[in-house]
Amino acid sequence: MIRDDVNHGRRRLFIGLTAATGAVGAVGAAVPFVGSWMPSAKARAAGAPVTVDISKLAPGQKMTVEWRGKPVWIVRRTPEILETLKTDALESHLRDPMSEQITQQPTYAQNEVRAIKDEYLILVGICTHLGCSPLFKPEVDTAEFGDNWFGGFYCPCHGSKFDLAGRVFQGVPAPLNLEVPPHYYVSDSVVTIGEDGTSAEGAA
Amino acid sequence: MSKNTLMGWVDKRFPATKMFKEHMSEYYAPKNLNFWYFFGVFSMIVLVNQLLTGIWLTMFYEPSADGAFDAVQYIMYDVEYGAILRYLHSTGASAFFVVVYLHMFRGLMYGSYKPPRELVWIIGMFIYLVLMAEAFFGYLLPWGQMSYWGAQVIFNLASAIPVYGADLLDWVRGDFLISGATLNRYFALHVVALPVILLGLVVAHIIALHEVGSNNPDGVEIKANKDENGIPRDGIPFHPYYSVHDLQGIVLFLFVFIAVTFFFPDGGGYFLEKPNFEPANGLKTPEHIAPVWYFTPFYAILRAVPDKLLGVVAMGGAIACLFLLPWLDRSPVKSMRYKGFLSKVGLTVFCVCFVILGFCGVKSPDAYFLPGLTWKITGQICTVLYFLWFITMPFISKAEKTTTPPTRLTVSH
Amino acid sequence: MEKSMKKTLISKLQVICGVVGLAFGLAATQSQAAGGHNVDLQKAPINLEDKASLQRGARLFTDYCMGCHSVNYIRYERLTTDLSIPEELVKQEFIFNDKDIFAQMRISTPAEYGKKWFGTTPPDLTLATRWRSPDWVYSYLLGFYEDSSRPYGVNNSVFPNVGMPHIMANMQASVSDEEFKSAMGDLTNFLTYTADPDKLERENIGRWILIFLAILFIPVWFLNREYWKNVH
Repeated sequence: MIRDDVNHGRRRLFIGLTAATGAVGAVGAAVPFVGSWMPSAKARAAGAPVTVDISKLAPGQKMTVEWRGKPVWIVRRTPEILETLKTDALESHLRDPMSEQITQQPTYAQNEVRAIKDEYLILVGICTHLGCSPLFKPEVDTAEFGDNWFGGFYCPCHGSKFDLAGRVFQGVPAPLNLEVPPHYYVSDSVVTIGEDGTSAEGAA
Repeated sequence: MSKNTLMGWVDKRFPATKMFKEHMSEYYAPKNLNFWYFFGVFSMIVLVNQLLTGIWLTMFYEPSADGAFDAVQYIMYDVEYGAILRYLHSTGASAFFVVVYLHMFRGLMYGSYKPPRELVWIIGMFIYLVLMAEAFFGYLLPWGQMSYWGAQVIFNLASAIPVYGADLLDWVRGDFLISGATLNRYFALHVVALPVILLGLVVAHIIALHEVGSNNPDGVEIKANKDENGIPRDGIPFHPYYSVHDLQGIVLFLFVFIAVTFFFPDGGGYFLEKPNFEPANGLKTPEHIAPVWYFTPFYAILRAVPDKLLGVVAMGGAIACLFLLPWLDRSPVKSMRYKGFLSKVGLTVFCVCFVILGFCGVKSPDAYFLPGLTWKITGQICTVLYFLWFITMPFISKAEKTTTPPTRLTVSH
Repeated sequence: MEKSMKKTLISKLQVICGVVGLAFGLAATQSQAAGGHNVDLQKAPINLEDKASLQRGARLFTDYCMGCHSVNYIRYERLTTDLSIPEELVKQEFIFNDKDIFAQMRISTPAEYGKKWFGTTPPDLTLATRWRSPDWVYSYLLGFYEDSSRPYGVNNSVFPNVGMPHIMANMQASVSDEEFKSAMGDLTNFLTYTADPDKLERENIGRWILIFLAILFIPVWFLNREYWKNVH
């Protein structure tokens, strides 16, 4: 038999307290399940920084290394290329010529040529549109790419165009400049990709 | 009001409120349920734990002979919180059997298998069978020495079957030895097939229970005494009364479960056996090999019989007998409280034998339990007593003098 | 009446705890007996909080054991995080090949060579203290004695006719018994760490969960009492 002199206030109080404490518990219980989806130590090991010797890279050439399963390009730019990058003929057709979008490069590459050393361009070779890897088209080919083309990267998937600093052109599907990965020079000809140069040996 | 209209909208399309009433707020449970009735809800908690952690472990595991051991260590060493997820799962397996054995003991003590609850009991027994298969296949997955050699022994039981034994053995292994092929098929059964069957059986168990209503420590049918509204006079709504009551039990259970999981995940070498920290090696049997604790009583019965085939039959029979309980017990009362002296002695002896058989299963048969009494003889005595309980039950339960249960229940918790 | 009911509940719980405790106690004594091998094992000085000891143990392991044995599941990086060894030191003193800091502590000796030299493949030792026990490993390390009938002139009291030579014989000869025992204690401590590197952290999390559950029990207990005081 159930007596009906129910104290509703006290019942509500303890329901509230139990629910509130229980909610904290539920969040806590979710931690291992959510946390386990983070990249594992194995994935982090595979995604460790890579160190590259660039001394054999000839002017005008591109080499590709793998970092976290993604292509990273290193392009050695000639003085002529660097010259064109600063012309108004090119820059007036770019979305973000001064690299103001801070997510796309570390601060030390936030300049017109998007590099620590002007000569070497280092980019993650993944189109900012839908993740294809653009093609390297260094020659000045106005017939194919238009009057303001001084060489760059062309994405075969949806036709996005980038210049030789990875800056995106206006009027193409890609919204942002290509990403410059964190990197630092271990020596003049050795670069480590995947890590900012904050450690003792870092400052280039 | 808007809440009512929303529920009203749903209820016209899906019987949400109706189901809630039927199974919670208007499901009347006897008001005298004691702590033994916690173990059903505990097994639900463990089931949820096993499903969640199991799904998560599957995300990181790799079912191959070359990769399985390393995959488990990958979970233990490289995956964030991986060790906690795995220990929750491995401790959960043992906890499952702890609560299920106590849940079954409750049923034996209060006669919960007797009419009209025969199907509740039988469905429950099927849950127990599936659980044993699930646990056995799960133990294969870490691909350690114990996984391998435990499976070797159990699969070889198939070879006891006359004529077809050898072919059957090759068929269950999918190879001429325990190999990656074996691992793959039992992985599929462990993570997909058996959990689906288990969930279905659990739903059936509860539907059957709610159809006939819960038994209670006095073994009195509350439905025999209803008020003018058709509500049992000694029943109280499951929700809120037993939901708040169970919540108390659940917090206590979690306290023990977490303490074991985080501080004693090995369970003294009984939850995670030592040889299983060594990768499977088909050329080297570990020095000391015994099944996980929850199988040891049946393993002891297998060993107690000196004939290979008859041993397997005895082991199967030990489980099969439990299915027959509703018809072996012919007592006019349900609860042990009102049964005669012999029934009380019988249940006690049966349970003590079951526990001793459990220890017997991890012992060398030639070692001594007591001075002058080897584990082999102990196991044989307990096996006889185990079966004797079932054999004598129809006669004792029919013949012995019982006392009269009360007509009304009193709260005691 | 309420009080007497609680009392019976508590006394019943005590009985259950007693039975469970007894079973565990029995199980514990049984398991110790099972691992004994008729040899008295020495108690290993395990202290996972003693980082200096773990650091010394890690150093001994890489210097003496890693010629043949790996600890596959441990990454060098953990030596910097868990054992607080500076990264530069790990790179210079612990990593002998061109592996990076995130690599697992594997070895380059092919398994077949081990088999040829010692008659058996030297096992990975990450989990050694779990399939043996810390005491076994400690006693084994201290258990070498001279035996001219064996190929390497030594035998072991814990692992008779073991294939492994007494790799630390020179070290043992050059230090006092106490120092050697202490060094082997460090090594065992390190191998106990590798077998379950998250133990301390996990126990710490466990303590917080238990505290939380104890707190959760308070409103739950009052909630139950508030409802059940109306049931008669």
